[in-house]
Amino acid sequence: MSQSPPASDAPAAMPFGAGRATMLLWQLALGIGVLLLWQGASGRLIDNFFISNPVDVGARLYRWIADGSIFAHVAATLYATGMGFVIGSVGGAILGVWLGVSPFASRLLNPYLNALNALPKVALAPLFVLWFGLGIESKIALAAVLVLFLVFLNTFAGVREVDQDLIDGARLMRATRTQVIFKVIIPSAMSWVFAGLKIAMPYALIGAVLGEMIAANRGLGYLVQFSGSQFDSAGVFAVLFVIALLAVGLNWLVEIVQGRMERWRIVSR
Amino acid sequence: MIRLENISKSFYKGTTAVDAVRDMNLTIERHEIVAVIGPSGCGKSTLLNMIAGLYAPTRGRVVYKNAPVSDVNTDVGYMTQKDNLLPWRSVRDNVAFPLELAGVPQAERARRADEVIRHVGLEGFEDRYPNELSGGMRKRACLGRMLLYGAETALLDEPFAALDAQLKLAMHDLMLRLVAENKQTVILVTHDLMEAVTLADRVLVCTRRPATIAMEQRIDLARPRDVLNVRFSNAFKEHYDALWERLRVEYQEERV
Repeated sequence: MSQSPPASDAPAAMPFGAGRATMLLWQLALGIGVLLLWQGASGRLIDNFFISNPVDVGARLYRWIADGSIFAHVAATLYATGMGFVIGSVGGAILGVWLGVSPFASRLLNPYLNALNALPKVALAPLFVLWFGLGIESKIALAAVLVLFLVFLNTFAGVREVDQDLIDGARLMRATRTQVIFKVIIPSAMSWVFAGLKIAMPYALIGAVLGEMIAANRGLGYLVQFSGSQFDSAGVFAVLFVIALLAVGLNWLVEIVQGRMERWRIVSR
Repeated sequence: MIRLENISKSFYKGTTAVDAVRDMNLTIERHEIVAVIGPSGCGKSTLLNMIAGLYAPTRGRVVYKNAPVSDVNTDVGYMTQKDNLLPWRSVRDNVAFPLELAGVPQAERARRADEVIRHVGLEGFEDRYPNELSGGMRKRACLGRMLLYGAETALLDEPFAALDAQLKLAMHDLMLRLVAENKQTVILVTHDLMEAVTLADRVLVCTRRPATIAMEQRIDLARPRDVLNVRFSNAFKEHYDALWERLRVEYQEERV
């Protein structure tokens, strides 16, 4: 049996084709709709104990902001994320460039790096607590290790992808090995490094929050863990909201920096 | 000045050897412009790579100014079909790249680069990036860079193949002028016979892979040559026909 598409005599008013402003309205409407549903369902369909409700969550956020208590936690998490990201990125980039330009070292270390990469890095957390204590250092270490492998893999691939003709061209113009690395290989691999940084940014936050959940007395990870252990679902949702905001903000930051640094790539689009 | 002594080059695809060049002997004099022409994929580019020291010949040796080439030959400028400008650098920074490598201070670099950029007709594009330029403009930038490097020998691997006919003529004219001004030795690989006869002092015809030299023709047209009109002279036609007669054999064998 053949089927014809449903005929319609009214022009389709599809939101997909809508302009930016209209789409923003739709997105807002969706968000408000979900919040209303949540508020409506809470206490009626599902026990308020499990899912709390938007009004309580909002009130909790307001209280934390008003008394300033949330900011110490945000600062701790941001610090661990930022430090972990910087240390991991620098380490990963250096390792990636080094192994990328030395075939001997990369072949030597290849099986070990594969094994380390396959290892769930989160499992290292107890070790870091042992080494670095309960303070912020163990959170930085966890975030840094997660970031390091992602940035390393991307940088390594980027260095391997460098156009050999560009390298040969520079060598023919009397470039030293150091000059080839710094003036051809690294700039050329930059877009790969940035792709790695972009992927790694959320993982820095994951590392910091996870570290705080395992053992800490500060930070958003600690707060979400603490709220959960108090059966305080409004508190858990409030912290999740703050973490999501941080994640969006960090991604936005990476995109801005990338835009600045890669002018020539944006032009080619 | 450049001597190829009995050189052969084989590449290995797995375990089977592919001969790209076989038993080639060739001597190129200082300030000479030599064009190498032959079917595509016959190993002409391999020849240039060996002169540049990027590949070592499997047998035989390349001698450059009485010394065997054993590493990258930094006395040559190499211009490939694919222009290898650095895409993250502006035209000025690309042209000035060899000076930067040599440690020339920033201000002098910019001044000398701008001078050369004017000379190759890229004025006003100093701050553009390679992907904002047309193919012809990128070639001009490459020529400028080679000029600033001051290479005594220019290896040109089908440098103008991707350009349209008019642009090609403009580039031929520019190239001949620059080569004469800078007294360079040139080895030009091409599959355009018109280009070869227009530019060269000597044209070599290569056989199909593995490449050997099948024919050598001295082009005794007067210099400076007018690239627009030189092709209409009888002498040009004689050279062209003689070379074409030999090239046709190669192309015919290729078709079979």
